[in-house]
Amino acid sequence: MKFTWFNLMPWPHLSEDFRETNRSVWVDIPSRLYDPQKGHHVYNTYLDQLEYAESLGFDGIGVNEHHANAYGLMPSPNLMAAALARRTSKAALVVLGNSIALYNPPIRVAEEFAMLDVISGGRLVAGFPVGTSMDTNYVYGQVPALTREKYAEAHELIIRAWAEDEPFSFNGRYTQLRYANCWPKPIQAPRPPVFIPGGGSIETYDFCIENDYAYSYLSFTGYKRAQLLMDGFWERVDEMGADRSPYRAGFAQTICVAETDAEAKELYAEHVNYFFNRCLHVYPGYGDAPGYRTVKTIKKGALSQYTRSSLGSLGKLTWEELVADGHIIAGSPETVTEKMKELINGLKVGNIFCLLHIGNMTNEKTMLSSRLFAEEVMPHLRDMWPEWGNHDDRFWIHPLEDRLEPTVPIAVTPNAAPSNSNGGAAS
Amino acid sequence: MSVEPTIRMVELGQGRAPVEVWQAGQGTPLVFLHGAGGLMPDDRFFQALAGQFHVHAPLLPGYGGSEGEDELKDMLDTTLHTGDVIDALGLTGAALVGHSMGGMIAAELAALAPNDVSRLALIAPAGLWLDDHPVEDLFAKLPFELPELLFHDVALGESLLTAGLDLEDPAFLSEFLIGNARRLGMAGKLLFPIPDRGLSRRLHRIKARTLILWGASDRLISPVYGDAFAAAIPNSELEIVAEAGHLVTMEKPGRVVDAIATLVNAG
Repeated sequence: MKFTWFNLMPWPHLSEDFRETNRSVWVDIPSRLYDPQKGHHVYNTYLDQLEYAESLGFDGIGVNEHHANAYGLMPSPNLMAAALARRTSKAALVVLGNSIALYNPPIRVAEEFAMLDVISGGRLVAGFPVGTSMDTNYVYGQVPALTREKYAEAHELIIRAWAEDEPFSFNGRYTQLRYANCWPKPIQAPRPPVFIPGGGSIETYDFCIENDYAYSYLSFTGYKRAQLLMDGFWERVDEMGADRSPYRAGFAQTICVAETDAEAKELYAEHVNYFFNRCLHVYPGYGDAPGYRTVKTIKKGALSQYTRSSLGSLGKLTWEELVADGHIIAGSPETVTEKMKELINGLKVGNIFCLLHIGNMTNEKTMLSSRLFAEEVMPHLRDMWPEWGNHDDRFWIHPLEDRLEPTVPIAVTPNAAPSNSNGGAAS
Repeated sequence: MSVEPTIRMVELGQGRAPVEVWQAGQGTPLVFLHGAGGLMPDDRFFQALAGQFHVHAPLLPGYGGSEGEDELKDMLDTTLHTGDVIDALGLTGAALVGHSMGGMIAAELAALAPNDVSRLALIAPAGLWLDDHPVEDLFAKLPFELPELLFHDVALGESLLTAGLDLEDPAFLSEFLIGNARRLGMAGKLLFPIPDRGLSRRLHRIKARTLILWGASDRLISPVYGDAFAAAIPNSELEIVAEAGHLVTMEKPGRVVDAIATLVNAG
């Protein structure tokens, strides 16, 4: 099993009456609700938590991309990954990922991901989401019916730019480059492991299986609701004659650990409520721009989680209902271990994206829940896939053996004389 | 009195998907290009046009039986396609009428091939953008919001838009969702996120005598756009229709068709 500590980075200061006074947490939420001075603390606390997760022994630390979204404060996940690359040395940097249809030209992604891979010593997991309709169509203005085509073209360019050793010409419909030439190139050759976030588009299954990319189902509705969709994925794996390595797939789960089940409710219920009530308050008109989903997917009935009428009602569910329906996995280490085994065996996944910071959770509680998970749950889940050696090389990072450790900054002493006359600016 | 349209598939050749064309009425031929919603069953405006003209209404790929929408990526593809359909119908030079998105396509065609269009009627056309009067975002609307957006008489709009629809029936709903994704998916290539594909730079090329019609209560595309079109198209006139919204075609079909007849029959 590979566990990635993942922070959506929600804005924790949405008002009590946010739902009543605002149409949506995403797309048209007024930016006056963002306070940059508070934001300074929010970003730095969240980055601290990701660094702490590495020290706890999580295999990966994860960031993602959203735009005009108050539950996802990372328009540029690469900036966050860059900050983490310099302060960590063991964990995979799981960038889940860059919405490649949005970068112009998309070779920018090949370059930035290569930079991250090189700085981190080969620790990058490269995620390529198509992107939600809210981000991609409404906020970033991409034509819905052309989004997938543009994505496919960007993907082709990026993979080729990493693999080629010479400049090449790229004549796409959306990008034309006379000199496609990726400097630097990634340490992990010909490419870092690739994870594809999916939310129910069946085309994504085939794309992952064909390319040995890990299908990553990022849902907020929990593992029980995910069963049907993941069954569909594994059926497709069989149909296409691929092996059933559990590392082909991953799942994001909201998890809360305390000393006892009762304490979990006492500590975390208010924050879970904040997340489901305020953070997931998305105007349904932004859920699925017409043309964003293919007719094939609509026919299959596998519609986005955001269009389900049930989503709006999640905020009304009690703690007990959220736990019983598996929207969240919460309780003592024993309870959480048992439920996690159910999740892993049920969905047959080798990757878990652990959502251990939830909504407006305080730093102390986040650290407590994360530590209990790492120390008292994770060890019992390490040997879930012995027949696969609990690891699959195709779907994980290959860091340099002799990569550099984070260094303590060299102290700058203002009064020290420069050691040679070329050093420093003339005063 | 309802006129039953003749519906046929028209071949374009060169391996392209055939196009569904509705046809009805007698007399002067006229081509009608529908808006983003497509034609309704028993379309009131199509019926009204058929009362005075021999009307031909091709469905844009993505609408009804017209396929091949994946081949149309942008405004130029769509405009040339429309010109080819009119050519295949043998109607080059006939009066051209377009509503909303169809008006945008008609205006593009008349600008691109100014000698092929003699009379042009643009009914609340899309295609321009004025910062002070942003066109509403049709693509982020929920079904229940549409009557208010599209009609002056909201109650009438509610009854017209839901006529013949059974949204409680899962099979119907699935078909409806697929149809909607196809239609608006195609429309998005011309209208999303901002319905401006550079038409303002080309309108001056139009030679056709042009009528611009607008519902006074249009809340999707404000009637001030009528002035912008009239100012940019050389031989044009603007007519504002009172007590009508964006679907002025459905609210005042007789009034709109009379105005078109005046345009077409003028010497």
